[in-house]
Amino acid sequence: MKEVILIKEGEIALKGLNRSNFETRLIKNIKQRLKLLGNFKYEYAQSTLTIEPLEECDMQIVAEKVSTVFGIASYSLAASVEKDFTKIEEIAKQYLKEHLNQCKTFKVEARRSDKKFPLKSPQICAQMGEFLINEFSHLTVDVHNPDAIVRVEIRDKSAYVYAKRLPGAGGIPQGCGGDGMLLISGGIDSPVAGWMMAKRGLKLQAVHFISPPYTSERALKKVEKLLSIMCRWCDCIPFHCVHFTEFQEEIRKNCPNDLFTIIMRRMMMKITQKIIESQNTQGYCNIQTMVTGESLGQVASQTLGAMVCTDEACKMPVLRPLIGMDKLEIIDIAKEIDTFETSILPYEDCCTVFTPKHPKTKPKLSDIEQAERKLNVDDLIEKALEKTKFYLIREQ
Amino acid sequence: MYYFDNASTTKVLKPAADAALKCMTENYGNPSSLHKMGVDAEDTLTSSRKLIANVFNCKDEEIIFTSCATESTNIAILGVANSKKKVGNKIITTTIEHAATASCISHLENNGFEVVRISPKNGKYYAADIVNEIDDRTILMSIMHVNNENGLILPIEEIAKQAKNKNPNIIIHVDAVQSFCKIPINTNKIPIDLASVSGHKINAPKGVGALYIRKGIKIQRHSFGGPQENNLRPGTEALPSIVAFGVAAKTHMENMNKSIEHYTALKKHLLDRIKDNPEILLNSSDNCVPYIVNLSIKGIRSEIMLHFLEEKGFCVSSGSACSKAKKSGVLQNMGYSKEREDWAIRISFSAENTINQIDMLVDAIEAGQKSLIKTY
Repeated sequence: MKEVILIKEGEIALKGLNRSNFETRLIKNIKQRLKLLGNFKYEYAQSTLTIEPLEECDMQIVAEKVSTVFGIASYSLAASVEKDFTKIEEIAKQYLKEHLNQCKTFKVEARRSDKKFPLKSPQICAQMGEFLINEFSHLTVDVHNPDAIVRVEIRDKSAYVYAKRLPGAGGIPQGCGGDGMLLISGGIDSPVAGWMMAKRGLKLQAVHFISPPYTSERALKKVEKLLSIMCRWCDCIPFHCVHFTEFQEEIRKNCPNDLFTIIMRRMMMKITQKIIESQNTQGYCNIQTMVTGESLGQVASQTLGAMVCTDEACKMPVLRPLIGMDKLEIIDIAKEIDTFETSILPYEDCCTVFTPKHPKTKPKLSDIEQAERKLNVDDLIEKALEKTKFYLIREQ
Repeated sequence: MYYFDNASTTKVLKPAADAALKCMTENYGNPSSLHKMGVDAEDTLTSSRKLIANVFNCKDEEIIFTSCATESTNIAILGVANSKKKVGNKIITTTIEHAATASCISHLENNGFEVVRISPKNGKYYAADIVNEIDDRTILMSIMHVNNENGLILPIEEIAKQAKNKNPNIIIHVDAVQSFCKIPINTNKIPIDLASVSGHKINAPKGVGALYIRKGIKIQRHSFGGPQENNLRPGTEALPSIVAFGVAAKTHMENMNKSIEHYTALKKHLLDRIKDNPEILLNSSDNCVPYIVNLSIKGIRSEIMLHFLEEKGFCVSSGSACSKAKKSGVLQNMGYSKEREDWAIRISFSAENTINQIDMLVDAIEAGQKSLIKTY
């Protein structure tokens, strides 16, 4: 017997002629994630991907890694066995013993994609059921609400026996959705926004703005930690850390206080745009969008009017996956993906440090543009970019 | 880097570090072992204990070693409350305690003890206000000697004497972390029963503390194991740290008067430098120790000034942080406004700081005051 992982793909299975692109990307992503765990054979057949270890390794750890790869609907640890029914019965008894001992009721589900196999699916169910009742005398059959489902799959190359089908990360494989730049602040929302877009296939880079001494080293460490948590799903995230102090001081000195946040956000967009353009010219990515954690009406800079004004400052679509979500719904996801506890560490970030007491909720673009004329924008962007640091964030 | 954060922690004295190294690499016996190396280790432990006992003018057996002052406080407060809960359930403390004391007492409050927390009046504590609260059911009083945020000295002698007059059975615990080896605490004269102290505030390593327990005070233990430290702190003693603690305490005691003079001169110079600057507000009054000075720089949040000073080469502390960036609220309890607490930085001295360094520090603060954008 050999233990393998069976992976059922998610909505990729519904794709048309380009389905193979998605599948190729999914396998590439899984390979990348399992790179350090050992050598594996990947086989794709009948909408199931089988991962077979070519050397001794801990398949539980492999399964955990697989659970965070986007594009997977469900996955199972399964015993692979020769297509001989007596052997299949024997393996089911051994492999599922521990699980079945904890259950009172069960049923058998069979799937026979190899039509040459002598027993038909209903026969497999009946015979396996009878065998298991004889072997585990405490078990009874319950086809409607069983504690355990024993699954037998007869495929072209091998037969598989397993019980638990665990939910995968869902979504579509990262990279299939193109490249995007996440603006991450350190709060609760932006990591969630990034995670949601990564789930929809976006390959992420991230940009963060620091303003020492107004923001601290710990605030930056916190953002690095958040990104490294996101790397459980995203593998690794190229990170741009922009030195924003002088820019913020100039805005504060020269522009009306109630427009501070909106102008700052527009400048962040402009800087990000420049970073994206420079990344794209290097040829290994094609970033076409920015991602932010904005949610309509959550704070003054996230009103519709304010967002119209910020969008005007950049030349690409801004994706805001949280736009229609309540804070509590966002928090639920942050907790689920384990970023919440880090996000609530109390270090000030550059978005909050100069927050005016009464920001404009309905800013006029003409007022903003007039205010910005007092800034030497190109020069300030140039200076901020000069001090920008670039490095890769990986899972810790 | 000029280090002005000695109320957070201190540099280990060279002789203390040398003693610890020797204890780790040469005299590394276990004080409980029967052989010669064990006996030597036990002797070392005893002489270190004497050095700590000297500070309190108490007997050796009235000192137990712990891992830190927080552990000492846990042993003391929880131990007394549990051993005296049949006598009464009222506990008196202040609103400006360190988290170690405050959390222990909140824990007891959640478990049915009645807690009275006294606030200062005009930034000061009067013995009468505290003693007034004592009644027959009051089993424990826990007060700090010197506040860690602004250096306020509490009149523990007066408080303890009046408290014992009113109810001789009350047990008095003192958090002496910020006064240990800097202000004399003579337990022959001051009727306190328990005092928590820490090594790393007096140039010993982190990871060692002590608890003074007046002879006869019953403490219910909450850790179980071997018989070390009167059964109250089981486990093999951390001898290298304890030895270093002893050396550091001895050095501080020998230099106490000289150090206080030095700190007083530093504080005076600092205050002279800032007295004409209306934007710098002093949060450490005349009732405060000379080695902790708390200032608020108008309009500039603590962390911003802290990081600005860090860039200029100075380590200070945000003036009201109990842990990292969280505000403790102690300065507000002392009667200062929320803004003033938000702007507070704490400057705390060691023997190594000089007048010249104070000048540079004040120059840096004033530079920050000019260049940093005021957030409110």
